[in-house]
Amino acid sequence: MSVDDLLQQTAEWLRGEGPMSDVVISSRIRLARNLATFPFLSAASDSQRTEIYRTVVEAASASPLCTGALAVDVEQSDEIDKEVLVERHLISRQHAQGEGRRGVLVSPTETVAVMINEEDHVRMQGLRSGLQLDVVWSDINQVDDELEEALEFAYDARFGYLTACPTNVGTGIRVSVMLHLPALKMTQEIDRVVRAAQDMRLAVRGLYGEGTEAVGDFYQISNQTTLGKSEQQIMDDFGENIIPKVVEYERTARDALAAKRSYLLDDRIWRAYGVLRAARVIGSEETLHLLSHVRLGINTGRFDPFGIETLNDLLMSTQPAHLQKAHGQTLGGEERGRLRAELLQERMAQAE
Amino acid sequence: MPFVCQNCNKSRATVHLTDVSQSGEPVERHLCDECAAKEGLTFQTPETTTAILQEFLKQKIGIASVGDVACPECGLTLREFHNRGLLGCPNDYKVFEDVLSQIIERAHEGADHHIGKVPRGAGERTRRLTELRRLRRELQEAVNREEYERASQLRDAISALETPETP
Repeated sequence: MSVDDLLQQTAEWLRGEGPMSDVVISSRIRLARNLATFPFLSAASDSQRTEIYRTVVEAASASPLCTGALAVDVEQSDEIDKEVLVERHLISRQHAQGEGRRGVLVSPTETVAVMINEEDHVRMQGLRSGLQLDVVWSDINQVDDELEEALEFAYDARFGYLTACPTNVGTGIRVSVMLHLPALKMTQEIDRVVRAAQDMRLAVRGLYGEGTEAVGDFYQISNQTTLGKSEQQIMDDFGENIIPKVVEYERTARDALAAKRSYLLDDRIWRAYGVLRAARVIGSEETLHLLSHVRLGINTGRFDPFGIETLNDLLMSTQPAHLQKAHGQTLGGEERGRLRAELLQERMAQAE
Repeated sequence: MPFVCQNCNKSRATVHLTDVSQSGEPVERHLCDECAAKEGLTFQTPETTTAILQEFLKQKIGIASVGDVACPECGLTLREFHNRGLLGCPNDYKVFEDVLSQIIERAHEGADHHIGKVPRGAGERTRRLTELRRLRRELQEAVNREEYERASQLRDAISALETPETP
């Protein structure tokens, strides 16, 4: 399997399946681990870094969930390949831009990814569409168990799993749920949700994590506290409490808009569709923004021009690195804009 | 033409958007970064635990004797930790336990110990692992100094310790 093969498939997390998928895009759980007998990466020599890399790749390759996995040596990868992995949420931006021996193993359906030598020696993630943290946990907990058969992770009776940054210590868990909240944005109620989440010590971020804006009304909510609560408690806070509430707010806002100001809702949806259908040059951010509105049309049952599958597919294939990868070359901004518009015309015409 | 933020009327507006008023009219809005972030339209990175940690450390490392204590395994001092935000090795959690536990409590809503998953066989391993880390460090130093005989002895010691004893 290669990075090129990824472009031939829709990542599981973008299939628009799973519970509450009208609002919840994806559920992700990441675990941070370090090998007990090596220094953390900031103090590791190049040769130690290489040894860590080899040790983890060997152990992870033996895991059944990683059978037939795509193994990418990120240090040796070209820029576009790295960006494709970032756009697919398989590696962090930090990992793409890092230095030294590092890599990632990706399971064939992209539901599991094991980053090696990011901030910690091992950062493994489970990722699926819709709200299904229990399934994601079962995946990633299994990978963790399997790795633990072969590796000894740094662990302390008091502080739990030891991490390079003390903010991740304990469970080393980061639960992130990505939500599509266009109606809360339209009704300006989103700021209340963001503030409430922050009061609960949760981080709210945009589509691509730390420091990014909420382009296209996509928001990620994740925990910051990793110590003093069990993995199950942290997941239950999300899966049974926080996320269903936000989903309920968004659905209520959608219903209210449809009942009282349906012309506004339809205006947004149809304008977005019109621009996507007519544009001859278009940027990735604008595309995301407009696709978000069409997605709202599909999920509210008001207007479905080409189906959720095509929409989800376009969310990914119109991203800059995906576009360049598909054309097999680095392209300038204007050329990308032209080819993106072309791709949109083509795919929309096909699906309609 | 630069806009002034409509909210605070002070800073330059950098976020421009068309929103919908309660009555359903489209409204153009021009806000500065700060006001936009307050409304949740953009995000300033939330006050990170790293920031809390740095502020706390700044007070601590003012006392030279605290700032310059080094971990015997990786050589990290609290001063370096303050600059880098990352620890050097698992042993740092023991060496700097007093200071770290205070930082950790702040970062984790007052929690001071782990609840949750425990690796199989944790505890009995700890001593052996500490020893392995020490040997690996010495190996690295021996290799750097080109002391190959010493390095070879250390490698043997490491592999002996790595092979789990038969129960």
